[in-house]
Amino acid sequence: MSKLRIRVDQDKCQGHARCKSLAPELFELDEYGNAHEVGDGTVPAGLEDKAWLAQTNCPEIAIEVTEE
Amino acid sequence: MSDSPSASYLPEHPPVSDWVHDFDHTDPVWTDDPFPIWETLRAASPVVHTERFLGCYMPTTYQAVKEIAYDTEHFSSRRVIVRDIRPEITARAPPITSDPPEHKPAKQVLLPPFTPDAMKRLEPRVRAICNELIDEFIADDHCDAAARYTKHIPVRAIAHMLGIPEKDGDLFIKWIHQILELGIKNEDELMNGVREMTGYFVAHLEQRKLEPGDDLISQLLRAKGPGGQPLTDEHVLGSLRLLLIAGIDTTWSAIGSSLWHLAKTPADRERLIAEPAMIPTAIEEFLRAYSPVTMAREVMKETTISGCPVKAGNMVLLSFPAANRDPAMFPDADKVVIDRKENRHAAFGLGIHRCVGSNLARMEMQVAIEEWLKRIPDFRLDPAGKVTWSEGTVRGPRQLPVLFGNNA
Repeated sequence: MSKLRIRVDQDKCQGHARCKSLAPELFELDEYGNAHEVGDGTVPAGLEDKAWLAQTNCPEIAIEVTEE
Repeated sequence: MSDSPSASYLPEHPPVSDWVHDFDHTDPVWTDDPFPIWETLRAASPVVHTERFLGCYMPTTYQAVKEIAYDTEHFSSRRVIVRDIRPEITARAPPITSDPPEHKPAKQVLLPPFTPDAMKRLEPRVRAICNELIDEFIADDHCDAAARYTKHIPVRAIAHMLGIPEKDGDLFIKWIHQILELGIKNEDELMNGVREMTGYFVAHLEQRKLEPGDDLISQLLRAKGPGGQPLTDEHVLGSLRLLLIAGIDTTWSAIGSSLWHLAKTPADRERLIAEPAMIPTAIEEFLRAYSPVTMAREVMKETTISGCPVKAGNMVLLSFPAANRDPAMFPDADKVVIDRKENRHAAFGLGIHRCVGSNLARMEMQVAIEEWLKRIPDFRLDPAGKVTWSEGTVRGPRQLPVLFGNNA
């Protein structure tokens, strides 16, 4: 499987926190509850499904998943 | 409730016969079962209009709801309830009634106390509240789950956060009924509710200034607004009004609808008991299928939504619940699929006005359902009773008679 990378668009994120709930290993929240990706957004092997799950449940379509 | 003869009742609404051109979200048919009505409206147009409420549009598709929610230039939040009249705006409730640029700083102040981490700290108290409530009726083998359970959980949780006595919850319930239900058609009830609530909070504000604590009222008094100045008392009072109005019957409704669904769907109940880890996913589906909250906007400038012209001076009934039933967005939109994998529902709104209490509501729903299922795994609707639904802006069961234990 190719390597995935995630990125949260800070202009779109409204802090629904669905990503943090579905994929806590991949997302962090700031003091206002807005999300950003952990580290450089590289998805560790085995967590690909969670990355897609977070992407497909974000109401603001703020999460980009790219295949490298 | 006050039934004062001097109350300025607005005229009763005539029954609706043409939903597409004359819709009315306070009609008893809508209150009882809005879903087929939304289907009819959606089939007619992405945006429909009624002359009622001094002129009001309703977007019927997810796409049209989203376009309006994201467009703060043409649509203002200064009025967030569709009513028969449009009195002068006096009691603001920032940030829900704020537009840019005032909105962001007003919202930033409220966000930190409602993060998922903050809710984790509150969770043990909510779990205890649920069990205290269940203790009161479990031996009876029947109860009205709305009156005895779902109603009290959010009230007590918010009271706990604000550092005020949980027993004052009954007052909150009264004010909310006056403001959100009776107030749509009765201005006196609305004003009385707002006045009493404000008086109550002024007293607490003064007390916290003398003896600050860790509660949310004290946090708001310590918070800095734009420009580094403390928030004015009026701003703090407005935000407290908002937390109470927005935080109580909404979640009460959401927990109630979830229990209503589980009472009449044994297969879903059994699955959640066997796989409790699935409860959060099921909660998202209950939020989608039975979204409690409909918001409103006021059209400030003429524009076009999903190809339909909308004119200034009209209100907009911003139905997130109808958006969440749009089959173009959700396959099998009218089915409750408790393990739905892809679920971008808009129950907490879209765009800058995303519900500030969404993490609180989710935690309360999850805990309330978990604790209920642990102690009352087998229950059903009481065939001798009647489920009734709230009218207006927030939809949920107000009577939910269920049987369990030896009656199950």
